[in-house]
Amino acid sequence: MNQTMNIFRKEFKDYFITPIAYIVISIFLLITGWFFFSTFFLYSQATLRGFFALLPFTFAFVIPAITMKLFSEEFSSGSYEILFTLPVTHINIIMGKFLAATAFIIAMLIPTLAYPVAISFIGQLDWGTVVGGYVGAIFLGAGYSAIGIFSSSLTRNQIIAFIIGASICFFLTLVGKMLFFLPENILGTVQYLSTGFHFQNISKGIIDCRNIVYFLSLIFIALYATSLVIDKK
Amino acid sequence: MIHLRKLSKYYGELCAVDQVDLDINSGKVLGLLGPNGAGKSTILRMLTGYFKPTSGSIRVKEFDMGKDALEIKKMIGYLPESAPLYHNMLVYDYLNFIAGMQGLNKSSGNSKIHDLVNLCKLHEVIHKPVSELSKGYKQRVGLAHAMMGDPEILILDEPTSGLDPNQIVEIREIIKEIGKEKTIIFSSHILSEVEATCDRIIIIHQGKIVGDGDAEALKGGASQEDTINISLKNAKFNDVKKNIQSIDSVGDVKKDGDINNGILKITVSCKKHPGIMEHIYKTIKQQDWILLEFYQETKTLEKIFRELTMEA
Repeated sequence: MNQTMNIFRKEFKDYFITPIAYIVISIFLLITGWFFFSTFFLYSQATLRGFFALLPFTFAFVIPAITMKLFSEEFSSGSYEILFTLPVTHINIIMGKFLAATAFIIAMLIPTLAYPVAISFIGQLDWGTVVGGYVGAIFLGAGYSAIGIFSSSLTRNQIIAFIIGASICFFLTLVGKMLFFLPENILGTVQYLSTGFHFQNISKGIIDCRNIVYFLSLIFIALYATSLVIDKK
Repeated sequence: MIHLRKLSKYYGELCAVDQVDLDINSGKVLGLLGPNGAGKSTILRMLTGYFKPTSGSIRVKEFDMGKDALEIKKMIGYLPESAPLYHNMLVYDYLNFIAGMQGLNKSSGNSKIHDLVNLCKLHEVIHKPVSELSKGYKQRVGLAHAMMGDPEILILDEPTSGLDPNQIVEIREIIKEIGKEKTIIFSSHILSEVEATCDRIIIIHQGKIVGDGDAEALKGGASQEDTINISLKNAKFNDVKKNIQSIDSVGDVKKDGDINNGILKITVSCKKHPGIMEHIYKTIKQQDWILLEFYQETKTLEKIFRELTMEA
């Protein structure tokens, strides 16, 4: 546990040593802010639904950019040899990195709290859906981080890691939106696979344990796959 | 303390380490010597648990690498080849991170960092990012990193490669200093360095151990012949050859290049024999040749190394 926390602290600090963190946060805020507020006043409703509806798409390419370096950079610079010969287990390493990425996503979401605060001045805001939305966003972010970490463990090239990670995340986001192409008998299964479906359920303010189980299993599968990849190296 | 049994490592079809058996006792400085690609780094990487052996076993004290890798990693401090440190961290942050990873708490970690900064002379760079350090400093930070957990065994992979002569001497001094208390295993292809610092030298070639012992034993054991070099003026090769070959235990007499400015250089190979130099000198003295050079070639480790690792 101590070792996990050590790696978590190092990785989390690392994000803020380089300008990458600030760039990614700025881009994220710009995109979500622009797309949300450009249509916000058309509906004349005090709700964050537009913001949360967009989140799976922005996360799908922002999060792989955050996680792409976590293993790839270590492989390409050789520092992995140092990390690997320290008295730590693979689980410590993977969990430390995963928690750091998730904490970074939470840090990235904090500035967006300005939206509900601002909206609450101009209308009646349902805080239940806001809380639900943020809880869902954290689960969604954690799930995509786990996928990003997995893709980062596959290659020493950060750009390839990003593309693999973003592709998987986009697939999981989009698969729920393409249901009308599919035969009826597999509809339910495919819908259940989609992150957007589960995220929307949580962001309605209904925290159902099926949705939570979905995200936890997504995280578990991706991190377990990562540990298999690393054991092979 | 460390026991390797039938250790092999294949990279696909390529055999990097071939059935190596090796026992290493504690408190010694052991040098692994070999040409590039001989398997030195691979052996060290398997010892640190970074690579899994294809077959064979590694035991350190009572622990087996297959089962208790974590226990073994706690005993080992490792400096990988060319010290791939986290380059965007400050030296202090880096050492602090390693101290945490080695299970030191804040106060004992800080005092350990203080000691190591003194030992490795890192005062000037402690607040600089690792990426801005010169190679020598990087190597020293790597050494401090390796010693952070107070390991019983220190494994250094080519600690002096790519350094300038002054830095090499500095690193070597540090290794000698630490070697008084700890078991050190390091690899190198610089022969003088291994000769100067190691209690035991292991020569590796094509994944196999081809020489094992201290520098003296390796030098003595390799050959039963001595070589004597002589330079003479006013002498003809055939006369010299006839005269010197008449001495007992002298084998072959060879001309060493052409006669240059009237100087004839020859090499005499002979069996090991205490009075041989005296006999040759007396023989030369009887003629009216002018003796310019007369010395016995000492077998350098370099020669031994070449003999043992020449491609068949």
